[in-house]
Amino acid sequence: MTTAVFIGCSFIAFGPVLALCVCTIAAEPLSLVFLITGGFFWLVSLLLSSLVWFIAVQIGGSNNASVKKNFLIFGVVFSVLLQEVFRFAYYKLLKKANKGLMTVSQEETIPISVRQLSYVSGLGFGIMSGIFSLVNILTDSLGLGSAGIYGDSPQYFLSSAFMTLAIVPLHVFWGIVFFDACEKKKWWAPALVILSHLLVSGLTFLNPQYDGSLVPSYIIMMLMGTWAFFTAGGSLRNLKLCLMCRDKDFLLANQHPR
Amino acid sequence: EISSYLNSYISPALKSFLNILPKPRTSMNGDTGVIHVVEKAQDLKWVLTDGPHPPYMVLLEGELFTRELMLQLKGSSRISGLAVAISKPSPAQGFSPGLKCPNDGFGVYSNDYGPQYAHCNWTVWNPLGNGLAYEDFSFPIFLLEDANETQVIKQCYQDHNLPQNGSVPEYPLCAMQLFAHMHAVTNTVTCMRRSSLQTAFSLNPEEVCDALSDYNVWSTLKPINASSKINPVDEVIIVATRIDSHSFFWNVAPGAESAVASFVTHLAAAEALHKVPDVQMLPRNIMFTFFQGETFDYIGSSRMVYDMKMDKFPIRLDNIHSFLELSQVALRNSSVLWVHTDPVSRRNESIQPQVETLVEALINSSVGANVTLQEVGQSQPLPPSSFQRFLRAKSIPGVVLADHRTSFQNRYYQSMYDTAENILMKYPEGLSPEETLDYVTDTAKSLAEVATVVARALYQLAGGTGNTSAIQADPRMVSRMLYGFLIKTNNSWFQSIIKQDLKGLLGDELPQHYIAVTSLVNTTQLVQYVLANLTGTVVNFTKEECLNPEKTPNPEKEMYVYTWVQGSRDPNSTSRVPFCVQSTVHLTKAASPAFELKQWGSTEYSTWTESRWKDIRARIFLIASKELEIITLVVGIAILILSLLATYFINAKAHVLFSSPGDGGTVAY
Repeated sequence: MTTAVFIGCSFIAFGPVLALCVCTIAAEPLSLVFLITGGFFWLVSLLLSSLVWFIAVQIGGSNNASVKKNFLIFGVVFSVLLQEVFRFAYYKLLKKANKGLMTVSQEETIPISVRQLSYVSGLGFGIMSGIFSLVNILTDSLGLGSAGIYGDSPQYFLSSAFMTLAIVPLHVFWGIVFFDACEKKKWWAPALVILSHLLVSGLTFLNPQYDGSLVPSYIIMMLMGTWAFFTAGGSLRNLKLCLMCRDKDFLLANQHPR
Repeated sequence: EISSYLNSYISPALKSFLNILPKPRTSMNGDTGVIHVVEKAQDLKWVLTDGPHPPYMVLLEGELFTRELMLQLKGSSRISGLAVAISKPSPAQGFSPGLKCPNDGFGVYSNDYGPQYAHCNWTVWNPLGNGLAYEDFSFPIFLLEDANETQVIKQCYQDHNLPQNGSVPEYPLCAMQLFAHMHAVTNTVTCMRRSSLQTAFSLNPEEVCDALSDYNVWSTLKPINASSKINPVDEVIIVATRIDSHSFFWNVAPGAESAVASFVTHLAAAEALHKVPDVQMLPRNIMFTFFQGETFDYIGSSRMVYDMKMDKFPIRLDNIHSFLELSQVALRNSSVLWVHTDPVSRRNESIQPQVETLVEALINSSVGANVTLQEVGQSQPLPPSSFQRFLRAKSIPGVVLADHRTSFQNRYYQSMYDTAENILMKYPEGLSPEETLDYVTDTAKSLAEVATVVARALYQLAGGTGNTSAIQADPRMVSRMLYGFLIKTNNSWFQSIIKQDLKGLLGDELPQHYIAVTSLVNTTQLVQYVLANLTGTVVNFTKEECLNPEKTPNPEKEMYVYTWVQGSRDPNSTSRVPFCVQSTVHLTKAASPAFELKQWGSTEYSTWTESRWKDIRARIFLIASKELEIITLVVGIAILILSLLATYFINAKAHVLFSSPGDGGTVAY
């Protein structure tokens, strides 16, 4: 659908991501490193889960459409579980790395907090997941045609972009909640994270009824966002404080060297 | 998968052919347009004026592919391409994209020689010719041969592009993109000049066009040493046919009546002559010549005449005793075969009696055969024929045999409809390919009769004195050749007569006889092998001796050509029994002398070139409205700006937003 759609969909899907990276990650080299490593962990989890799915399909070996769909559902479920396992693995790794960094550097304080780590790793997961789901669709959108000749919805590109727009922050929120729960040993929280991840992935099977998949995903994103906000130390009081003293604080902040 | 690729059943238009014609401009990135199906002439109005979503890609029914309609499309900027669905059955009114006066200006008639005959002033040979193949179009034109592909396109059109109750069709619309970018520009002179500059100065030359060239096939009845010249007093009778054709579309050239029937008859006559026991003792030799490229201003024959003049050919012009050409011979009306001669050379007192002898020999040979030979009026010029190129060089007595007295009987001259149906080849239903190969059609019988007459006449002209009634062409062989050259080249007989490692030569699709720019097209090679098989003898050589005849010296061996053919399959096993064939079949280059002499603007010799191209393909897909695209872009930019602002603010306030009591200032961000 030409360059306009390509740029439009890229911005829709990766606009917030770009903003987050520019504002929060770009200035911090350590965050950048952990971001990319997080992305790599997500990739590995996807590779392993796709390997499992591929082998399963070869063994199952049928051309039946419903059997193929069943395999796909199995693959998706397995992939979600594996992603969360890798998230936990990354958490463990980061804890060890932090200890190591502390002994190597001369500083007394930990260079990067767990909260920051959870945010960064969630973002890394989210970026990789978003890129993976959308990049092929974006390259298709560069051409002249629009989806639909085989009966697909013509809103394919737009809805895929909006889905990615929901998934990336979802990964961030999941990361924050997950790491915090691991720190505080509240094991019911990761279970909820896994459940909501499964739910969102499962909703995509409702496509092309995009209202069926997009709207609930956005609702889940809002809910997870609120939960993550509170986990990260936010509160309604802080919010009010922030909104009310927007003028004062902002001016004050600008006077201080940062 | 957002686009449906049409597969290989498309042929881009021949507008790549350049002589001295302006060249159409096609886009590098393919031309796209909204599909519109034109099934009747009124549908064209939507494309030219009414339709609100130009440019359009027109799908045209074959019946409507006429000059009038194409001229309407020619100047329009609302058309980005054309796909022509081949008409089955062939259009009843005939169709010929060639000129009314084929090869005008390159034959013998000019202002200096028979001016009243030049430019078809006396007889218009191809009255149905609309000259479309020589017109210049600014958009790509494709041929759709497969009815299923056409149906896919029509279905997409009906699903998305049909105006509902007079209202305008809404987006998304079904569109088609054709890639057929031709690299060459303007005309042969310009593009050859550019190509030669490229090859001279560039490390990685990008040539833009190539001259049409291939090889002529020739063989002599009595063997001669092809590497030296024959005795000046030896006389040779030349028998000639052309072996190529073309149409509006590249590499679509079935050429049944215009070429195949003629050269098949020629091959059958050659076989019949070789069977005569005393041919090696005849006073005169006979040269069976198959010219390639005659469709394009006599490429093959002009080159042979040039080689003869320049002494590069074993036979000189002075050795030629007479000339017999077989033009289109398959559509004889009530078994009459017309004898055409050149009125201008007949005014010469030495030529006239020789021509009369020729005609007499022919008429004598037709006694008892189902062929009635009649002379056309003595003041009528020759039809387009290779003989004209020889007459340009020297007055030689000769005749051209054809099934038409004045204009062609062929209503599909040089078009995609000149197929087996055009020469009335009919097979009964339910035959296997092998049975079809051996079935003798009426067309084959009729052509065999002509071949018999020609063979007998040649025997007499060569000085033979025996009884000619035993000379008979074999209708079964004629039928096999017609099947092989018009329906399927991949048949058991062809498989048995070709060399062992030529797997790509035989195919299952309909054979095409276009000269092309790569050397030795399938047609030339097959004619070579068939001629070797029909006129050669099997010799008891081993494979080593056959492939390397010079290793065992023998003066006889220089007169012959040896081919190791793979032979037919043993009925019980899967292996073949190869053998060595000794024949006198040779190939000589058929490339216009204009390219040797670098006279690219020559009016004396053919200057046809073909443009190079990269990609030829087509695909269909849906396109969305421009508004939707802009909305998507705007929404994307808005979301980006919004998220940048939001993130900046949240980041600035992060220490306030995310501080919980007890954290203090030790939290690093």
